[in-house]
Amino acid sequence: MDSVVLLRPVPDPVEELELNDDGNDLDRDYLGYVLNEFDDHALEEALLLKEAAGGTLTVLGLGSADEMEQILHTALAKGADEAIKLGDDLSHLSVSAQTEIFVSALEGRSYDLILTGVQAADELDGQLAVRVAAKLRIPHVSVVVGADAGDGSVRVTKEFWGGITADYQVQTPTVLGIQAARQAPRYVAVSLIRQAQQSGALSEIDVDPPPDKSGVRVVSVRVPETGVGAEMIGGDEEAAAEKIVEIIRAAGVK
Amino acid sequence: MSDVFVVTEHLQGELTETSFELIALARDIAAQTGGRVVAGLVGSGVIGLAAELGGADRIVVVDDPAFENFSPDGHAAVYASLIEGSPIVLIPYTSMGMDVASALSTTSGIPLVSFCTSISVDDGLGATCQLYAGKIEADVEVAGDRAIFAVLSGSTSAEDGRSGAAAEVTRVDNPVESELRSTCLGLTEPEGGDVDITSEDVLVVVGRGIESEDNIAEAQEVADLLGGAVAGSRPIIDQGWLAKDRQVGKSGLTVKPKVYLTLGVSGAPEHVEGMKDAETIIAVNTDPQAPIFAVAHYGWVGDIFDLLPELVDKLEAD
Repeated sequence: MDSVVLLRPVPDPVEELELNDDGNDLDRDYLGYVLNEFDDHALEEALLLKEAAGGTLTVLGLGSADEMEQILHTALAKGADEAIKLGDDLSHLSVSAQTEIFVSALEGRSYDLILTGVQAADELDGQLAVRVAAKLRIPHVSVVVGADAGDGSVRVTKEFWGGITADYQVQTPTVLGIQAARQAPRYVAVSLIRQAQQSGALSEIDVDPPPDKSGVRVVSVRVPETGVGAEMIGGDEEAAAEKIVEIIRAAGVK
Repeated sequence: MSDVFVVTEHLQGELTETSFELIALARDIAAQTGGRVVAGLVGSGVIGLAAELGGADRIVVVDDPAFENFSPDGHAAVYASLIEGSPIVLIPYTSMGMDVASALSTTSGIPLVSFCTSISVDDGLGATCQLYAGKIEADVEVAGDRAIFAVLSGSTSAEDGRSGAAAEVTRVDNPVESELRSTCLGLTEPEGGDVDITSEDVLVVVGRGIESEDNIAEAQEVADLLGGAVAGSRPIIDQGWLAKDRQVGKSGLTVKPKVYLTLGVSGAPEHVEGMKDAETIIAVNTDPQAPIFAVAHYGWVGDIFDLLPELVDKLEAD
């Protein structure tokens, strides 16, 4: 079963986000990017499928200057056969534009499965997995938490809510929006990443950002008012611990 | 006179709360556009659920054995036909809605806005959205006069979308002629674990800020001293650091303990939905902008690894 995994960089979720001067986007000048965590799970699930059922594994990464090369080398070190970086500075495109880029990169390739993260925190105009599937006119399943390759089909587990899941048999080729792989994304030794850097298995395709056809425009952004209703505890950790214990006791615990 | 179409969702014979929230939102919008609220109901043996959707003016029902279970591409194809004639479409931003919304937008070319918490129609179509897991709020506008809005759960009160009124019910035949390309093999209920976090008085809840599986032991110590249990937000469960039955949030469990102490939980909408009704919420996070402080009753900005040993000391001395 041949798989292609679509990888996107997103602003590092643990960083504090600053706004630009126009107040309509993040200040991207100093923003650190990391691999979208759901895409990391998509890669892991693809690696597990390859280990179980064979086939090739290709990763396509939407370019952002340095981070994506590192991400793609890591994917190669983990076991991907081929890695392709698309474009150079495409980290803030709409999902509609990302879809155009990935779909044209997929043209002429043969694959049974396309996997990507179920969502990204900045996907304002829809989910990449479903948009790519609809564009390619192939089936899709979102919020997948496990897959099992068969002959001409794949069996996937989709999560609904409250812990209820459903199993689906889906015809291939198909696109899976991965919520979580069957196991946590693996770690890989730095020495293997260095080997991948020297292997030459990473190639690049020049991509001009397509015109944005999403029809959605951000007028303004803001950091939501926080602390509304929350009484903030001041002081150092010792003072905070004392206050927290006091609050817990006042709430009727012990 | 623009109609507002609501994609409803149901599982195991029950309409979701989000379906009613969307009807409530649609009522507000329809009052401004002068149009009607049209609810779509797709499934097998679901005609009885139409009686609960009196908050809509009209209900379009596709009751067909092919839709005994949710079908990702099937439901998307049905709704592509049902929404014709409704310029504004509301879809829950949920596991089911995700498979419908982006497919509808891609095939029809109608713009889609995700992560919506409110919708405006007074000066063109627009919405307010929560991006970056609730850390940023954005006002967006949509080009043209049609739009699909994928709306976050909890954006408004479900009660406002319930009504005992009788809506006009229209049954239509399954408009999808092609064979469905995915087959549902059945549903699985979550397995009960060693601890039922929904019945605990105290939950110590770890998020991404706990950094590693080993560090959970420190949170466990605090939970033990308080006679409570440890739970986690989605990233912790996806990492496999805690079992699925310890997950609080939309895709996990809803809890209402006496005390809910979060350690390094950012407070993404998915998490907040499962814990906002806890009696006393205490949040600890290094990021003063973390959305968890908007829902917490008490907050402390600082490092959880500095706080945890102090908490253990105080509780042991208590």
